[in-house]
Amino acid sequence: MSAALLVRALRDPACVAGLDASGWNGLIAAARAERLIATLAHRLDSAHIPASVRPILTDAKADAAREAQQALWEADRAALALDGLDVRVVLLKGTAYVAGALAAGQGRFIGDLDILVPRDAMPAVEKALIAAGWEWVKEDAYDDAYYRQWMHELPPMIHVDRDRMIDVHHTVLPLTARQTPDAAAMIADAIPMANGLYILSAEDRIVHSVAHMLADGDMQGGLRNLWDIYCLLPDADPAALAARAQRHGLAHHVAQARRLATALYGDGAALTLWDRLVRMRLLARDGWGRETRKALVFAFYVRSHWLRMPPLMLARHLWTKWRKGHRPQ
Amino acid sequence: MRHAITLRIGPATFRIGSAWSQPIAQLRRLYAAYPDVDGAIADFTVRLQPTSLLRRFLRPSIFITGDHGLADAAPMSLAHGLLAAEMGMNLQMALGWRRHLLLHASSVEKNGRVLVMTGESGSGKSTLAALLGERGWRFMGDEFALLDLQSGAILPFPRLVSLKNQAIGVVADAVGDARMGPLLAATAKGDIRHMMPRADAVARMDQGGMPALLLFPRFGHEAAVRELGQGEIFMRLTQASTNYVTLGEPAFAGLTRFVTAVPARAIDFPSGEAAFAMVDRLWEELA
Repeated sequence: MSAALLVRALRDPACVAGLDASGWNGLIAAARAERLIATLAHRLDSAHIPASVRPILTDAKADAAREAQQALWEADRAALALDGLDVRVVLLKGTAYVAGALAAGQGRFIGDLDILVPRDAMPAVEKALIAAGWEWVKEDAYDDAYYRQWMHELPPMIHVDRDRMIDVHHTVLPLTARQTPDAAAMIADAIPMANGLYILSAEDRIVHSVAHMLADGDMQGGLRNLWDIYCLLPDADPAALAARAQRHGLAHHVAQARRLATALYGDGAALTLWDRLVRMRLLARDGWGRETRKALVFAFYVRSHWLRMPPLMLARHLWTKWRKGHRPQ
Repeated sequence: MRHAITLRIGPATFRIGSAWSQPIAQLRRLYAAYPDVDGAIADFTVRLQPTSLLRRFLRPSIFITGDHGLADAAPMSLAHGLLAAEMGMNLQMALGWRRHLLLHASSVEKNGRVLVMTGESGSGKSTLAALLGERGWRFMGDEFALLDLQSGAILPFPRLVSLKNQAIGVVADAVGDARMGPLLAATAKGDIRHMMPRADAVARMDQGGMPALLLFPRFGHEAAVRELGQGEIFMRLTQASTNYVTLGEPAFAGLTRFVTAVPARAIDFPSGEAAFAMVDRLWEELA
C-alpha cells in the first residue's frame, strides 16, 4: 500500500533511505495522486534521495512555488475587484496558508481561489466580480438554483483572461448540513493581512479545514487535508481550539481530526473503530497511484451526500442529476 | 498492475502499466532496441486501465491515465492499445515535463546542427522527419523537440514515429515492413502505424545539437516558400508549446533567443520529393 508508505515518509523522512526503485516509484505515484509530491519534496533530506529522483522533486517544488505565486496574484486581483465594497474578504485554504506564510503552505497544491465573505454582501460581491471579468463556469439552471438555495458558496466562477477559478463562500458547510458553524464569528475574528485581505484565526483555520474534510465531501484528497490540519495544529491553543470547535458545533470532528493527524503524521494516538475506518479510506491508494478499496470509497461517497442533505431531498437531487447524465466516478 | 514495462526515451523514463498483456507485448517488441531500464525509477507512470470493471473483459475499453491525466479522455478499444500507450506517454510529457521547453515539432540533425519542423497534425512534419532520417539525417523525434533553456540546444525525444493514413504506405515502402508496427485501423485519427527509428537515432538519443533552421511545413499545396516575421514565429511557437506558460520567464528568454538566432521559413509542398529538394536548398542557403 503506497499511501501508507507516503504517510510514513512524511512522518519520518529518514525512512526513505532504505527504499528500492520499486518503492520509490510507488511513493512518487502515490504522492502525485494525493497532491502531496511537493510537500514530500520539501520534507525529504536530499542526502536520502537517489539521483534519478532528485529532478522529479525539484520540478515538484518549482511547480508549487509557481502555484503559490499565481494564487497570491489571484487573491490580489480579487482584492482589487472588491476594493470599493467595504467588505471583509477572508482567504481560505491553500491561498490563506501561503499568504500567511504558514507551514501548511509549504509545497501546498493550490487549485482555486477560495474566499469567505459575509452572506449579506454576496449580491454585491457577485456583481463586482462579474464586472471585473469573472464569469460562470457552466450555465445550468438546476445547478445554479441548487447552489443558491442550499450551498455554502456561489456556483464556481472563472476569470475570462486568466482562466482561474474562484469559489465565493458565505459559510463553511452546506446550509443543509447538520452542523451550522458560525461564519459571522469567523469573519469577525479574522486576522488582517498587509494587502487588506484577511485570513482566519489559528483556531478557525483548523475548524474550517476539519469541517471540509470530515463533515463534508467524500475524503478525496483527505491525506492532503489531514496534512494541512497536522501543520495547522501547533499554531492553535488547545483549550481555545476546543472552545471554538464547540461553538461551531464541530467539537467531535475536531477531536477526531486531532487523533487522525497524530496517528498518521505524528507520534501516534489511540483510535476508535470509526477512526480506523476513516484511516482505511484515507490510505486507499496503491503503488500505481490507483484508488483501491472500491466499496469503502463508494461508501464514503454515499456518506458525503448523506451528510449534505436530508434523505428525501437527497433522493430528489440524485434523481435529477442521474437524468442529466451524471454518474459517480 | 498486471503487465508493465519501463522505457527510457531521451531524458524521460516511463513506467507503463496495463490491465491487458497485448499493449505491453507490442511495446516490448517495438522498443526492443532501446536501453534496458527494466525496474528503474521512472519520471512518469502511465496506466492503461479498464473504463469499468466490466470493460476489462467484455469489449475491452482502455482509459488512458497516469500521474497526469484528463478526466474526459476518450476511451479506446484494446485493438488500439499500442496507440493508447503512446498517447499516455505524450500526455505525461505535455502536462508534466518541466526540464525543457517542449515544442510540438519534429527534428532531425546533420553535423551536429538541427532542423526543427513544426506544424499541426497533418502538416507532414512526422513523415518528413521519418523520411529524412532515411536520407542521411539523424532522426531526433516526430512529436516533441526539447529546447534546453540553458544551452539553447535541441534535445532528441525519438519515440516510435506515428504515421497516419497515406503516410503509412509511403514510409513502409521506404523502410521495409520489419521496422513497422501493427496497423491500427480506424482510430479517432484514421489509420495509424508506428515506425521504429533507425538504430543510430536510438543510440544517440542523449546527444542534442544547436538549432540551425526552423521550418513550418504544409503538405498538399503547390510548392512555395514564405518568410515569416519574428513576432509571428514567436507566437506560433508559444502555441506549439505545452509548457511555455508554466516555465515562465526562462521560457520567454529561451524562446526569444531561439527565434532571433534561428532562420525560419514556411514551406508548402505537394510531394515528398518536392519537400526533400526544398529542405536541401534551404539548409544549404540558410543553415
